[in-house]
Amino acid sequence: MLVVVCVKQVPDTTQVQIDPVTNTLIREGVPFIVNPYDTHAIEEGLKFKDRFGFRVAAISMGPPNAEATLRKALSLGVDRAILLSDRVFGGADTLATSKVLSAAIERLAQEEEVGVVICGKQTIDGDTAQVGPGIATRLGYAQLTLVDRVEALDPSRRSIQVRRKLEGRHEEVEAPLPALLTVVRELNRPRYPTVAQRLEAVDAQVELWDNKVLNLDANQIGLKGSPTWVSRIFSPERAKGEMLGDGARDPEGAAQLLIDKMLEKDLLAL
Amino acid sequence: MMPHPPLFAVLLAASLVFFCFSVYRRFSLVLLGQPEERLDQPGQRLKDMLLYAFAQARVLRKPFGLNHFVIFWSFLVLALANGEFLVAGVFPGLNLGLLPEGVHHALLILFDLVSLATLVAIAFSFGRRLLIQPPYLDSRYVKGRSPEAFLILSFIALLMIAYFGMHGALIAQGAETATAAMPVSTLIASWLAPLGGGLDSVVLVSWWLHALVLLAFICFLPHSKHMHILTAIPNCYFGSLQWPNTQPRERFEKGGTFGVGSVEDFTWKDLFDSYSCTECGRCQAACPATNTGKPLNPRQIVHAIKTNLLENGPALKQGRPGTLPLIGDEGEGTNTEDSIWSCTTCGACMQACPVLIEQMPKIVKMRRHLVETKAHFPEELLNLFENMEQRSNPWGIAPGERAKWVSTLDVKPFAAGETEYLFYVGCAGSFDSRTKQVTVALATVLDAAGVSWGILGKDEKCCGDSLRRLGNEFLFDKMARENVELFRERGVKKVITLCPHCLTTLKNDYRQFGLELEVRHYSELISELVQTGRLKLTGGAAGLGTVTYHDPCYLGRHNGVYDAPRTLIEKATGKPVKEMERNRENSFCCGAGGGRMWMEELIGERINHARVDEALTQTPDTVCVACPYCLTMFEDGLKDRGAEKVQVRDIAEVIAESLRSV
Ligand SMILES: Cc1cc2nc3c(=O)[nH]c(=O)nc-3n(C[C@H](O)[C@H](O)[C@H](O)COP(=O)(O)OP(=O)(O)OC[C@H]3O[C@@H](n4cnc5c(N)ncnc54)[C@H](O)[C@@H]3O)c2cc1C
Ligand code: SF4
Ligand code: SF4
Repeated sequence: MLVVVCVKQVPDTTQVQIDPVTNTLIREGVPFIVNPYDTHAIEEGLKFKDRFGFRVAAISMGPPNAEATLRKALSLGVDRAILLSDRVFGGADTLATSKVLSAAIERLAQEEEVGVVICGKQTIDGDTAQVGPGIATRLGYAQLTLVDRVEALDPSRRSIQVRRKLEGRHEEVEAPLPALLTVVRELNRPRYPTVAQRLEAVDAQVELWDNKVLNLDANQIGLKGSPTWVSRIFSPERAKGEMLGDGARDPEGAAQLLIDKMLEKDLLAL
Repeated sequence: MMPHPPLFAVLLAASLVFFCFSVYRRFSLVLLGQPEERLDQPGQRLKDMLLYAFAQARVLRKPFGLNHFVIFWSFLVLALANGEFLVAGVFPGLNLGLLPEGVHHALLILFDLVSLATLVAIAFSFGRRLLIQPPYLDSRYVKGRSPEAFLILSFIALLMIAYFGMHGALIAQGAETATAAMPVSTLIASWLAPLGGGLDSVVLVSWWLHALVLLAFICFLPHSKHMHILTAIPNCYFGSLQWPNTQPRERFEKGGTFGVGSVEDFTWKDLFDSYSCTECGRCQAACPATNTGKPLNPRQIVHAIKTNLLENGPALKQGRPGTLPLIGDEGEGTNTEDSIWSCTTCGACMQACPVLIEQMPKIVKMRRHLVETKAHFPEELLNLFENMEQRSNPWGIAPGERAKWVSTLDVKPFAAGETEYLFYVGCAGSFDSRTKQVTVALATVLDAAGVSWGILGKDEKCCGDSLRRLGNEFLFDKMARENVELFRERGVKKVITLCPHCLTTLKNDYRQFGLELEVRHYSELISELVQTGRLKLTGGAAGLGTVTYHDPCYLGRHNGVYDAPRTLIEKATGKPVKEMERNRENSFCCGAGGGRMWMEELIGERINHARVDEALTQTPDTVCVACPYCLTMFEDGLKDRGAEKVQVRDIAEVIAESLRSV
């Protein structure tokens, strides 16, 4: 059985600034990283590999330099890495992105049964969280979003049981395979590549699939196939903060207040 | 009267064969190790050997070392006497009596007095182990009061007793004429004289006692910790010439071995080290980890390597893998992961070891195995490694924020030809809010002293110190190469660092990457400028009260800077430093080196607490440090101890304060 992990190369947004004059992202000199949520997706794929001996393929749609992202996935132990890159894929919104990714998954499914597709919950640049659900819908797979724990997977019964992390509560669901998971950071702790794996990954093969391979209608993908476009990017005005508690006089009380607030906002789990 | 040469010849031959066989068996295992260059610079090596092995320079650092000094030299002198004994035992005519009389008598006097000295020294050794045994003689698997220790001491004592017994009896019989050359034996003779006819048996028994003990000693030697008698001298010759000791580079090629996961991955010198350990326990007494209840004991690391090698050696020699793991569950020949991660790389063990064993690099090599081959390490380090790789700083702060500390100051970018020094600020100096105050202080001091300096700003990268000490050599290697390239590109020749970790890495580690820089910790440069009168310090920081100074390991022990910080504090405050009990090369780590800064300290007492307690016994108003890690550790430790009124200051701040008040 094959596990497909979708990974996206994103600019390290903590290092991205917005040009106050043109209102565009200053991407110059900003390094690219693997979308942090996707590192958890890769890890979960590898755990399936460790537990059930599934094979893992990583796919990414992006420019040629997104290959680095896939090499990282290879260094962690995925069996196959495919870069979906073509000029006609460029300028895609979430709809067009999910079309290309779905087509690639379908193609993989022709070679080997796909059991699970894993996406990050969202990206740190686009932040829409739509691509995963888009793929699931397009392929007709069970859609399991915000997964923070995989409870069980039964290859013979073709079913999967996961826990979803919702606001203030959890939900346990069972679904038939093939299923698409979008995952949150609490799911696992990504592994670290060994030096041997890193050295192997340097000249491991990253397959390149362009539209000649996928053969999609050029009007349905890329910029042309994207009904949404960005009209303006800007930094939101920072809301005026308010001072709570008195840390100088009552540090314990202030700390407690902070913890309460963080719990309230779901920034902290007990 | 000479007892049975043929019988003795057979016993001697058998002992020698057994000895050679044992030595061969053990020493051939050393060849299982990886190659390492230790034959360069023979002149320097000879000097080290004379100093440390023959002059026993390190041994004599502890008062009781004098006792060993006596035994060591007696051993050398008596080797001649014992050699004669063995030869004459087989060929009775072949003895030192053949030498000119003057020489012979001189030797006899020497033997006589030295034997007495040895006997006294052995008595002290017995007493020390039995009555006032210091705790560091005991390690987990080797005890100070072990049968082996007493057996060897008894062997030596018996040899001396037999020596005096035989010569005393011979003198009493009138068979030995050179009585003037043997004052001690002559005294013994006067006690033995009443035995009259029994003297013959005294001679006989003494001779055989001497013979048998000597042969037993020869047979036992290679199987005991006293193998160091054979290995310690060459070990001092092969010692590292790179003090401070960095760790060696690794080659990253497909199919290679990364780090040390089994004993044969060590170099031959690492293995030879393990044969040279005298189990003196000095490293253990100095180790901050051992002293605060961590599972690490540098002596046990060395002992485990030896035990593991002896156990796995035979299989390894036949090309089979060993069965006893080098890293795993607690055992005499196995190191636990907890012990490997407990090291702060402070170097105290290496500083203490009388026979120049290099414990710390062995620990780092095993860390490399865990990180690079197993990708298995304490959870906290994952973030650190990722942050270092992606953002080139331990906190993962955006590199663009590196020069934020500059804000209101007028700081020039470094430009070759225009600015003399590169001020390499380092990660703590750039990002840590407390250390940023030190950076600003240092900038003003450098300006006040008229130093021409500039920074790399947002182009500066982490030096990689923590990565290297934590065993992530792969990443370190990459960062070091990038930095070396950057320094070359910018034409950097002279560097000032704020942090001793940057200092050691740029100065000692990057040398392995082909970069020779003049790197100095700011304290060295400033103290020079003060001494030459370019900067005047007139006690303006007297308000800091009583100041004690903590030697950072990487400034002091690793780079030998002890005086400059003290001079600066004295000039800036008008008063000499109030020394802590352990200072200079005996300084006790703050607990943050070796990447421990980024790890939880869950086992035993916190190292910084132990050090803070020691500082507090001097009732200081200010603890002075010269390292950002020490700064953090002391501030945290003082807070934990409820002693916040004691301030912690970096020397740069002290100088800045002194300048301000003028
Ligand atoms: C403000 C903004 C401006 C944009 N500007 C442009 C532009 O100018 N030009 C342009 O071409 N695009 C642009 N886009 C990109 C595009 O709309 C989306 O980034 C892209 O379609 C994916 O959506 P997302 O990043 O929100 O992914 P999400 O839906 O948040 O991603 C969820 C998961 O889907 C998977 N995934 C998402 N994208 C990929 C991928 N490419 N390959 C593999 N897996 C993936 C990952 O597992 C990811 O964790 C912009 C997006 C935004 C929000
Ligand atoms: S370097 Fe320091 S912490 Fe490490 S073993 Fe030696 S003495 Fe102990
Ligand atoms: S390693 Fe050196 S200091 Fe430590 S016990 Fe052995 S000989 Fe002594």
